[in-house]
Amino acid sequence: MCIKKGISAAIALARYDQNIMGEEVKLFRTWSSPFALRIVWALGIKAIEYETVFEDISNKSPSLLQCNPVHGKVPVLLHNGTPIAESLVILEYIDETWKQAPLLPVDPHERAMARFWAKFGDDKVLGSIWSVFIKQGKEQEEAMVPAMENLKFLEEELKGKKFFGGETIGFVDLALGWLANLIGLLEEIVGLKVVDGEKLPLLSAWMQEFGDAPIIRDNWPARDGMILKFQALRDATIAAASK
Amino acid sequence: MADEIILLDLWASMLGMRVRVALAEKGLKYEYREQDLRNKSPLLLEMNPVHKKIPVLIHNGKPICESLIIVQYIDEVWYNKSPLLPSDPYQRAQARFWADYTDKLYELGRQLWLTKGEEQETAKKGFMECLKLLEGELGDKPYFGGEIFGFLDVALVTFSCWFFAYESFGNFSVEAECPKLVAWSKRCMEKESVSSSLEDPLKIHGFVIMMRKELGVE
Repeated sequence: MCIKKGISAAIALARYDQNIMGEEVKLFRTWSSPFALRIVWALGIKAIEYETVFEDISNKSPSLLQCNPVHGKVPVLLHNGTPIAESLVILEYIDETWKQAPLLPVDPHERAMARFWAKFGDDKVLGSIWSVFIKQGKEQEEAMVPAMENLKFLEEELKGKKFFGGETIGFVDLALGWLANLIGLLEEIVGLKVVDGEKLPLLSAWMQEFGDAPIIRDNWPARDGMILKFQALRDATIAAASK
Repeated sequence: MADEIILLDLWASMLGMRVRVALAEKGLKYEYREQDLRNKSPLLLEMNPVHKKIPVLIHNGKPICESLIIVQYIDEVWYNKSPLLPSDPYQRAQARFWADYTDKLYELGRQLWLTKGEEQETAKKGFMECLKLLEGELGDKPYFGGEIFGFLDVALVTFSCWFFAYESFGNFSVEAECPKLVAWSKRCMEKESVSSSLEDPLKIHGFVIMMRKELGVE
């Protein structure tokens, strides 16, 4: 109870500071980007007020290209006119700039582990799940092997913890958060169970727990739109592969 | 209690060299253990079960993996000597952004000496585009970190001892395309932490010849 009061007080104070300082925070995102969602969540957890600029990836605005000339991608955070790109870099920036509700742990080894798992999610998990999603038949079966190996590592990491961050949502939860939404969608489209509650009980429970947290739940992109989008992506990829 | 620091590494790895440079910058004593990646040691498998790769830093028995994560760890633990990351959050974000970008050079560089013909040309083009962008980011500063050698300098400088090998197999000149970057790498080599950590470009060239033979690229 005391801890909750303490956090609320910190957030209230930070909001007061933000208003007094006249800070301007803008987030360039698309409606569906899982990477941009990380930033939506982080800003929500820290109760930072910001303006959203929705981008159309097929028709990028000059502002976006100016803010992220290297990659031209979302998300980009604009803080008092200064752009920061790459979602994990943005998360660390947010954590260092607004100290309330910290996302990364204090201990250097734990911080290194958090960075490790976030990178693992982006470098390996995402690609392996995507492989399963865009393939069919025997190729899909084969793609399941590395995907399951990767998910098993995450399952191990959750032992004794409610979230990857421990008792509360942290950096790794936000980095892997896409799993809690996308897995269910992809499973429905493909008709294949990827995160089985019996084989991966901790990961299943985490997906539920994380997905139900208010800030997370309130920001999931529209389900119908996501199903349409990913079905179309899968169809197009399969068509291209068979040429 | 004295710190026990062990580095599991491969002598030719420019990623492992990043860690060596960081350790040297901080003046840290450590035990270097050369790894045979064709016959991975039980310790490597235990300390990096996810990727089974080098470099791995083992500090008082605890492993840290992924070169840039290790460098940040070293910077955070031994924060009172030669800080590598700046203190300003925006500058730190910039350093992290560009350091992550330099990782692209690893795979592109690999394709440069592993492939031929059109594949190699594509890799060469991508490689030079990356270097040119980085050179632009350097601008007229002595180091990427400004006046002081920093995180991004550590991330990129270790690739410089691989330039000769890339140039030989890719048939191009880094100096012709990115003279400022080459000047910067020479400036970095004047630092003891860098010159003592980077390998001889001729030895790297020999290493690539050996790898190409092993992988049947001829």
